[in-house]
Amino acid sequence: MVCGDSHTSTHGAFGALAFGIGTSEVEHVLATQTLPQARPKTMAVTINGALPEGVTAKDVVLALIAKVGTGGGQGYVVEYRGDTIENLSMEGRMTICNMSIEWGAKAGLVAPDDTTFAYLKGRPHAPEGEDWDAAVAYWRTLFTDPDAVFDAEVTIDAATLTPFVTWGTNPGQGVPLGAAVPSPEDFADPVDRAAAERALAYMDLTAGTAMRDIRVDTVFLGSCTNGRIEDLRLAASVLKGHTIADGVRMLVVPGSARVRLQAESEGLDKVFLEFGAEWRAAGCSMCLGMNPDQLAPGERSASTSNRNFEGRQGKGGRTHLVSPPVAAATAIRGTLSSPSDL
Amino acid sequence: MDKFSTHTGIGVPLRRSNVDTDQIIPAVYLKRVTRTGFEDGLFAAWRSDETFVLNQPAYAAGSILVAGPDFGTGSSREHAVWALQNYGFRVVIGPRFGDIFRGNSGKAGLVIAGVGQDVVEKLWDLLEAAPGSELTVDLVAKTITAGADVFEFSIDDYTRHRLLEGLDDIGLTLQHADLITQFEATRPSWLPRTLPAKTAG
Repeated sequence: MVCGDSHTSTHGAFGALAFGIGTSEVEHVLATQTLPQARPKTMAVTINGALPEGVTAKDVVLALIAKVGTGGGQGYVVEYRGDTIENLSMEGRMTICNMSIEWGAKAGLVAPDDTTFAYLKGRPHAPEGEDWDAAVAYWRTLFTDPDAVFDAEVTIDAATLTPFVTWGTNPGQGVPLGAAVPSPEDFADPVDRAAAERALAYMDLTAGTAMRDIRVDTVFLGSCTNGRIEDLRLAASVLKGHTIADGVRMLVVPGSARVRLQAESEGLDKVFLEFGAEWRAAGCSMCLGMNPDQLAPGERSASTSNRNFEGRQGKGGRTHLVSPPVAAATAIRGTLSSPSDL
Repeated sequence: MDKFSTHTGIGVPLRRSNVDTDQIIPAVYLKRVTRTGFEDGLFAAWRSDETFVLNQPAYAAGSILVAGPDFGTGSSREHAVWALQNYGFRVVIGPRFGDIFRGNSGKAGLVIAGVGQDVVEKLWDLLEAAPGSELTVDLVAKTITAGADVFEFSIDDYTRHRLLEGLDDIGLTLQHADLITQFEATRPSWLPRTLPAKTAG
């Protein structure tokens, strides 16, 4: 699957080889039904172990990017595997595959399994009847051979993970929520050190400040990374019964019209509105500030989106990438927080 | 894509180096969903300057740009090539080009002719001494003719072949149209398919 948007990689959650392409490549596909490609290198990202309480797929991928760097996946198609991945919902797998591009990978995918098939069955445009059976029989063949050799491998122990947040201006500049803002001297590589210096200046942060002491102006819950029904349910379950912190605004933007309708049928919109958040129509909203949903210069956000680049959410805006439960807890306390702080 | 063998047209001396793709066409002009109409954004920052070369009547109908070193560096936007083509340029002559821009140009049919800085200086002098002079670019012989002078230019063999044959990426792929059709015929019934367009009413 190819599409003119870099986050097309989200569809890798379904076992699809899915990646973003440029303008002329889109034209090429429409004219020929094909796209010539060089064979990419392969990488396995193996994640095993049970995720600790309060740790989500978003934390997994932020921790992964902090480990391998924003260029760590360049030239690779990545398979996410291991029992942590197998135990994730489709929404969680989509979150991880979505951010493949954020560490440079061409595409990221997860082998389809019963979780995948249960998610797809009965959905609009899914095959039906005999076509469904034929499709599932084929999909069951889409797994990596046990003796397969990858060009590169990364392993992560899920049990060591905690809620993860970014402090800098690229998605690889992240630390556990319980940690402090790093110092440029912490980085041995001179390029990384210079990048950290620039990022701290832009983010107006001082090395050594506890991440939990960082106060935000805006909380954004949404985007193609974390705008799914599971994300909204999780955030609503944290917010319920609380009131938004003084001086904080929260935008809740479902990832699609279907998610919005589903959320409203479950009454989640009322939870968000009673909390003091804004309940919006589906779309990209503050993820990239294409519409008036922007940070003012110097404003700081906790955002469930995928990119914390300079100016991404508005000129001079400062973005901390977070998971949906961290976004919700941050909206309650006004400082970067997890539900365990409540 | 049209075949290119030789082209004769007015040469335009652009006495600047490091003209990146943002200067060729700023991002604010990239809002169209077509590949046409980008000529308005070409060199937008300089077009309001009366002395800018394209604002001089003798050069306004130019189709061969003679650029300084490192033309087309920066952002990968294909619109930089389209803006030059939309304006009417068929060839850019220069000593050094941005890699992505050069690649995008070859694919879109804009000839990038590599010459030494000394040749660029001679062409600039000639075109400025006699504004509106024509140059002839011969892709078969890989030469530029300017009055009595003939200069050789460089272009990689594969790109030259494609330009001579008028083969863009789509044209190259469509040489395998039979194989694509055969493959599509084996498509299982459970895969998504394109539905016929709904008619009005």
